[in-house]
Amino acid sequence: MSQSSTSHQQPVQRKALALVSGGLDSMLAVRVIQEQGIHVEGVNFYTGFCVEGHTQAIRERDKNKNKRNNALWVAEQLGIKLHIVDISEEYKDVVLNPKHGYGAHLNPCLDCKIFMVNQATLMLNKAREMAGDEGFDFIITGEVIGQRPKSQLKWTMPVIARESGADDRLLRPLSALNLDPTLPEREGWVDREKLYGFSGRNRTPQMELAKKFGLTDFAQPAGGCCFLTHEAYSNKLADLWQARRKRDYELDDIMLLKVGRHLRPRPHFKLIVSREEGENNFLQGYRYQFPSLEVVSHGGPLTLVDGEFESDEDLAFAARIVARFSQGRRAGEVVLAYREPNGVTREITVKPLRPDEIKREWHVGEHRPEIPPAPEEASSHG
Amino acid sequence: MAEELNVRRLLCPLPVIRTQNKINTMTSGEELLVVGTDPGMLNDIPAWCRINGHQVLDTSSQDGEYRVHIKVQHS
Repeated sequence: MSQSSTSHQQPVQRKALALVSGGLDSMLAVRVIQEQGIHVEGVNFYTGFCVEGHTQAIRERDKNKNKRNNALWVAEQLGIKLHIVDISEEYKDVVLNPKHGYGAHLNPCLDCKIFMVNQATLMLNKAREMAGDEGFDFIITGEVIGQRPKSQLKWTMPVIARESGADDRLLRPLSALNLDPTLPEREGWVDREKLYGFSGRNRTPQMELAKKFGLTDFAQPAGGCCFLTHEAYSNKLADLWQARRKRDYELDDIMLLKVGRHLRPRPHFKLIVSREEGENNFLQGYRYQFPSLEVVSHGGPLTLVDGEFESDEDLAFAARIVARFSQGRRAGEVVLAYREPNGVTREITVKPLRPDEIKREWHVGEHRPEIPPAPEEASSHG
Repeated sequence: MAEELNVRRLLCPLPVIRTQNKINTMTSGEELLVVGTDPGMLNDIPAWCRINGHQVLDTSSQDGEYRVHIKVQHS
């Protein structure tokens, strides 16, 4: 295929689909390609592990922080359409069984990038099927060689292109000069000489390019925009898998890992104790899915019970822990309401645990438990 | 009469995604009232509408609930 341009034919308007995370690199990648007269539209994938917005929306103390969605903000600044796609269900397979393994925590960054570029490739192929040359011609990302320790390395770039199925329709405008020419470059849809050869973790070239484009307001999350790159969050997810003896999760599980103080005093149940009013309000919405404990004789946090009590002793023990986090922590007796998800409620009176009786190892997130084998490994072993 | 879309308890960006998916099934001139509990939707849904050319008729908040009233305008 070659560019069709004759004296009486308009040149084909080439179109690119950009992976837009909301960060600076993808923003710059779009601008670089827009500068070459290419029509760009963005796609942003929702995995369920996105950092921005959630804790701000939940926690009272963060209520006044800027609540904008960075991908939408970027799209608006660049004047491009943005498709936001919920891939949270399909994404489970990436998290539960990453072919290329995890990074420092439970972040499957390389598999994640392959998966997202693959999703974009499917969109590109579908658009080309429906619209031919009116569809998208290639995909762009803000990847920079050496920028991320797990997924953005010289050797991972061709792996992502190959395994995603995008092949040479995948262009990285910020690092293109460090890579072989792709289809858009070879066909002359974009001028390779106007692309960049950024590499490494130094952000100065990006800052200078942003300045050149007049971009002054952009997000730069330190550890990326995914909760799986956070140690405490990954530890909580590992604890969930260990307790359930398998790698699995529902969207509600991974939402709740973002909220409250998580304590596992016994292997078969975990307590999710709200830390403030906003979290209390958020956890209220889950009382129809999880048993809950609420202090009624004093002010205190709402607590969800993830797991099952095996006896009344378990219930009383959990109630003593929750009472410890209430305003009745120094009282002789504290009354709590234990509510089943079906609404059946009973009261229980307990003495709060002493501070030294709350074991440090109960705090989920502080240490990394062993995780069960991946679903495929588990089935192949028996 | 606007059709109502319930996005209560959903956190960003799910209210936007549900709005986007609903509007993709509607025709120009129809109206949608999105009702949710994440305050971020008052920024995000209007931003999504501006990007995609839909008209925000009104936004409001009351008793911990947020509303965005949209007129669909497909380009």
